[in-house]
Amino acid sequence: MRLAVAFLLALFTLPAAAVIETYDFSSPELEVRYRQLSQELRCPKCQNQNIADSNAPISEDLRLLLYRQLEAGATDEEILEDMVRRYGEFVRYRPDFDRNTALLWLAPVLFLALGAGLAALVLRRARGDGAPALDSEEQARLEALLAARDREE
Amino acid sequence: MAPRLKLFIPLALFGVLALLLARGLQLDPKELPSALIDRPLPSFSLPALDGGETLTNAAVTGEVSLFNVWATWCITCRAEHAYLEKLADAGVPIYGINYKDDSAAARRWLAELGNPYRANIVDAEGTLGLDLGVYGAPETYLVDADGVVRYRHVGEVNDRIWENTLGPLFRELRGAGSGS
Repeated sequence: MRLAVAFLLALFTLPAAAVIETYDFSSPELEVRYRQLSQELRCPKCQNQNIADSNAPISEDLRLLLYRQLEAGATDEEILEDMVRRYGEFVRYRPDFDRNTALLWLAPVLFLALGAGLAALVLRRARGDGAPALDSEEQARLEALLAARDREE
Repeated sequence: MAPRLKLFIPLALFGVLALLLARGLQLDPKELPSALIDRPLPSFSLPALDGGETLTNAAVTGEVSLFNVWATWCITCRAEHAYLEKLADAGVPIYGINYKDDSAAARRWLAELGNPYRANIVDAEGTLGLDLGVYGAPETYLVDADGVVRYRHVGEVNDRIWENTLGPLFRELRGAGSGS
């Protein structure tokens, strides 16, 4: 019970961190989209903050712009396109797939493949599949050594 | 692979990592490429700082020129002001974009420090700034005779910047323009 209360209290701090100023939206659906977009757009002035979290003047301007665009009936794609036209792909936390961002998008797959390859290699070696068979000369030497040991005993 | 050579794998990995990190230290993460390069200056219709008339794209383009985004609250703008005056004296056309500023304070600043600008566009709301993709003053845009943005410099314009990047581009554009 106490744990449940603590958990609920922890939830309370989340909305407070998300928005700085408040806008009156004509519909709750717009407000949801405002939240989503403002968290997906990156503040151009800051090094790594979205415009929802940043209190830089430029973020304030961008939030106002976002609000106006939403109220004017722009779609998410139109808004993102508009932002990219001003600040480049940098403003999006989920940039489009192109030549510059290919490595960014593909890196997880590459690392997964690399890890899987290494794991396969290590596992195969641990099972001993890779131990080479002795050729006839080595076999003869082995038998001679074993015979010599038997004689000593 | 010989077992002896395998011992060098960590060293090789360290070498690669060190090279990448050294490269990372030399890059300036604050430098954003402008999305506006080779695109026309956004259209605007805003008042002039010295009163009266409304400035539009047509009024301020037609010649290779610099557009300097400045404000009285911007400390670096004060630092670069003297250099802008030097450029203006050397015949470089400079237009000012007075960005999110108090116009009375801006007029006082120009009376006090001198005025290197051909004209000043009052962008009190920062709307032109938004369209330009300004994210901090000072910023300086090099605009060609057709009103197309060719270069953006973020931060102070000084001797080093002018000699190495802005100046050569400016002369190149001006040379190309007069030939055609």
